[in-house]
Amino acid sequence: MNPILTIVTKRLLIGLLTLWIVTVIIFAAVELLPGDIATEMLGQAANEETVAAFRERFNLNGTVFERYVSWLAGAATGDFGVSLANQRPISEFVGQRTANTFFLAAYAAAISVPIAVVAGMMGALYNGSVFDRMLSSSTLAAISFPEFFIAYILILVFSVSFGWFPSLANVDVDAGLGERLYKTFLPAMTLTLIVLAYMMRMTRAAILNLLALPYIEMAHLKGIKRWRVIAVHALPNALAPIINVIALNLAYLIVGVVLVEVVFVYPGLGQVLVDAVSNRDVTVVQAACLIFAATYILLNLLADILSIIANPRLLHPR
Amino acid sequence: MSDVLLDMKNVAIEGWSDRRWKPIIKGVDLTLKRGEILGLIGESGAGKSTLGLAAMGYTKGGCRISGGSINFDGQDLTRASNEALRQLRGKRIAYVAQSAAAAFNPAFKLIDQYCEAPVQHGVMSKTDAQKDAVELYRKIRLPNPDTIGFRYPHQVSGGQLQRAMTAMAMACRPDLIIFDEPTTALDVTTQIEVLAAVRDIVREYNTAAIYITHDLAVVAQMADHIKVLLRGEEVEQAPAREMLANPQEDYTKSLWAVREFRRAPPVAREGGEETLLDITNVSASYGAQKVLDDVSLKIRRGSTVAVVGESGSGKSTLARVIMGLLPPTEGEILHDGTPLPKLGTKRSRGLQRHLQMIHQMADTALNPKQRIKDVIGRPLEFFLGLKGAAKEARIRELLTLIELDPDEFMHRLPSELSGGQKQRVCIARALAAEPSFIICDEVTSALDQLVAEGILRLLDRLQRELDLTYLFITHDLATVRSIADDVVVMQNGVIVEQGPKDDIFSPPHAPYTELLLSSVPEMDPDWLTNILKNRREKPLQ
Amino acid sequence: MQNLIHHLRDAPVSAWIGMIIVAFYAIIALFAPLLAPYAENVSIGAQYQPWTAPHFLGTDALGRDVLSRLIYGARNTVGIALLTTALAFTLGATFGLLAATLGGWFDTIASRMVDVLMAIPPLIFALLILTITGTSVAALILVIAVLDSTRVFRLSRAVAQGILTMDYIEVARMRGEGMFWLIRKEVLPNAAAPLIAEFGLRFCFVFLFISALSFLGLGIQPPTADWGGMVRESAKLISFANFSTWQTATFGLAPLLPAGAIALMTIGVNLIVDWVLHMSSGLKE
Repeated sequence: MNPILTIVTKRLLIGLLTLWIVTVIIFAAVELLPGDIATEMLGQAANEETVAAFRERFNLNGTVFERYVSWLAGAATGDFGVSLANQRPISEFVGQRTANTFFLAAYAAAISVPIAVVAGMMGALYNGSVFDRMLSSSTLAAISFPEFFIAYILILVFSVSFGWFPSLANVDVDAGLGERLYKTFLPAMTLTLIVLAYMMRMTRAAILNLLALPYIEMAHLKGIKRWRVIAVHALPNALAPIINVIALNLAYLIVGVVLVEVVFVYPGLGQVLVDAVSNRDVTVVQAACLIFAATYILLNLLADILSIIANPRLLHPR
Repeated sequence: MSDVLLDMKNVAIEGWSDRRWKPIIKGVDLTLKRGEILGLIGESGAGKSTLGLAAMGYTKGGCRISGGSINFDGQDLTRASNEALRQLRGKRIAYVAQSAAAAFNPAFKLIDQYCEAPVQHGVMSKTDAQKDAVELYRKIRLPNPDTIGFRYPHQVSGGQLQRAMTAMAMACRPDLIIFDEPTTALDVTTQIEVLAAVRDIVREYNTAAIYITHDLAVVAQMADHIKVLLRGEEVEQAPAREMLANPQEDYTKSLWAVREFRRAPPVAREGGEETLLDITNVSASYGAQKVLDDVSLKIRRGSTVAVVGESGSGKSTLARVIMGLLPPTEGEILHDGTPLPKLGTKRSRGLQRHLQMIHQMADTALNPKQRIKDVIGRPLEFFLGLKGAAKEARIRELLTLIELDPDEFMHRLPSELSGGQKQRVCIARALAAEPSFIICDEVTSALDQLVAEGILRLLDRLQRELDLTYLFITHDLATVRSIADDVVVMQNGVIVEQGPKDDIFSPPHAPYTELLLSSVPEMDPDWLTNILKNRREKPLQ
Repeated sequence: MQNLIHHLRDAPVSAWIGMIIVAFYAIIALFAPLLAPYAENVSIGAQYQPWTAPHFLGTDALGRDVLSRLIYGARNTVGIALLTTALAFTLGATFGLLAATLGGWFDTIASRMVDVLMAIPPLIFALLILTITGTSVAALILVIAVLDSTRVFRLSRAVAQGILTMDYIEVARMRGEGMFWLIRKEVLPNAAAPLIAEFGLRFCFVFLFISALSFLGLGIQPPTADWGGMVRESAKLISFANFSTWQTATFGLAPLLPAGAIALMTIGVNLIVDWVLHMSSGLKE
């Protein structure tokens, strides 16, 4: 078998194994909850009958193993059970929220990825120039600022002072694309600023590492034009690290979204998670954590596999 | 058309370190006629690579040409625009780097990298360049010249890659090629093929070349003229044969003399021969790969046994097995008649004390955060229980023994020592344990020849004074000639031949020993020509 | 010691700025009760007063002095972050060094466990666990320390493995030195610089992380003064910022004060970290 297939298969299996272990952890976390959920939730109304009904409704009967299997089977088909707090099926309100979160993350990615890759490359090529130094100090600032600080400054400038964009991103289910893009502009910008710095820094470092390699010097000594050295010799080899940088940051975006959603009161999955944690609504926390963790793991898996494929040594085995 | 191709006048180059510019080349002149080959030799830090690159108007990052002129065929490269320089590079001046594996782009096939310069410089079309590449691959004697170009760099062996790079440098038929230690990283048996290929092709196209190396015997084969550099300054320059026969300057003479060192023959021992270490039928493997196969040898007390072989021969593994770092899968080792436990951790402290090892890279063998007195003091404390004043007195003794001034060196950090001094400290650390047996693993191969010779003389003196037994692991036959009593030749994990030095070095040889011995370059400028002729007449098996 | 003074003299301006910022915060955190004009948790007047004497940074929704709360916030937020980082570091570095030195099954098990822990985004993991444990300060410190120690583990293991491939380690092993001697005398002195830099980076991360949790209302709980929580409490005011008068402007800027305090602190630490990293990479040559 082609070694690249072996490695990719192996990585894929490890990824799926990790995902499975994570589902066990998320499930087990709730099992560790002190006290009996049913009695606790029902409070004064707890008696034999209500507790039995509650257990039935919330899948609390049977062995741990049986409950895990039925929970996992449900989650795999999009059925996350019922919310403890408002007794509604979780899938009813989580579906749209998840879509909103992905929309926001994709929006931010669409702005940040091209800018980061181009700016990171420019920083590496003009290493030490004024542009590069500006880049470095701005990344320092962005890495140091908490997400909400950036968010409030954006609100202060673009919403309060100039009044260009709304400070609340309260999009309706039936809002059109244009309205969505407009209303979510500030949250998307906030996310962009957060990941942009990391992405630029990592892209720049990846390219700088590459430019120091002997075969790049060799290309210069062969009298190849500068742009060609970069486009032909550096870029194909930089692909793997850059893909890695992008995927890692997309994974980070999906999670970074939580805070931004709270600041802008955006109806996404992050809001749901934060509210559920405050209410100790464990079934909803489980569902939201599972969606976030699975997305994160899958994106990391994708990054690894893409960078394996982009490695010429593996692509053309001996 | 002028006869002189390259004329460098009073060239000075500086490098940026410790926040200031420091001179690397201090005003060197260099003249090269068309079709002439100049050998540039010197020890590490002499600035020979820097000077070689300057001939292309190029400096490494953090360096600058601070003075002088570099006149290439009527054009001053110190004043030429970047675009003008770019048009020269690859087309009229080409470069061959030390490590071909690193200098080829891993993402492209060899032939595509070959074609890049001619196509980009507008010398040839891509199809012509490909045809030309196959032609040159054939001339440079690469196997399967029609198809080898369609491989990726990592699919080709080191020696072949180095030849492919020479072919690539030749692609635009440049006037000048800079060879920057092209064979230093190769084994001797591979080196000879590359040397022959390089010499033939450079002569065939009458290309001028600057051949940079630290190996005198190599430069003797390649160069018409030799220039000796020392710390950024020229020592002397002369036609190759003249320089080899009759060097003028003391420094050059000392370089030449290094290869002459021979230790005094050992005095016959009273009470006959006594076996200190008896290795019987030892095999060892890393995972599934067998690296030592049924190795047996005896080491007499007070003798020096040299294990020679090329990379992958298993000679370093043998050292690791003896030291108990890698347990053998089969066989056993007797020390003074009693079996050694396979794992070092299972050996008694007394036994560990008796067996010491000195590594190749003194840089990584010394903890950069420990002062010399702690480096040497630790085994004194650990093995002999010395403390306080007694320990300090012994440290002083040991430093004196290895010819370093205790007052000056005791409190230094390794970073404040030169390469040779570091290796001496490693020797002192081994001696501190008061061992009977020391493994020297390529102890001189990372050092310049003069320094290396000093280390060999020191080790020889210590052996006589302290009655030590050495196992010398090396790929360098000159070292073997200098110090060995017995020689063991290894290849692919197997002992090919072993015996007293004089027997091994005089015919008849085992075929591999023959190949190995005959591949070591000699100072005779006709050596390469003769050896190639011999091999063609009497091909080796 | 001489070395340290030597390095300090050569420190670039940016590192000095970082050191001054950190020293400033340290003094405020240490001497908070002496420096703060009012108590941490007492309503001392009308709510939302403008920035004038005696309340130089106004008062909050409960009529508490904002300047005093900011000063106490330094003590609480920085103190908890420091404690958490120290815990994470002890845990991560100990296991990381042990895993690298011992190798074998210990290394395999520890590394696999860390892989799994790191496969879950830390914020999500923290939220999951805080749901179960509730949001007490002790739970907060423990949860974040454990999650963060995985990063320290990775780094210290990698650094130690790099050092352990060196020949001087082989020499010590051939001599028969014990594991603790190896770690203490051979590995740690060489791992110090990258580990110190990592400590700074981890501190920033933990500090921002706790602030974020407090901002979400899941971290340090009121009425304890804490910067993240203060941002949360005053967040809504930002929409009322109005630069027509001093009073309305300062009113709207309320959430930016604690947020800015967090940002400045992180910048200071990052500046020092950059310098330490630069130094340690330079020393390798």
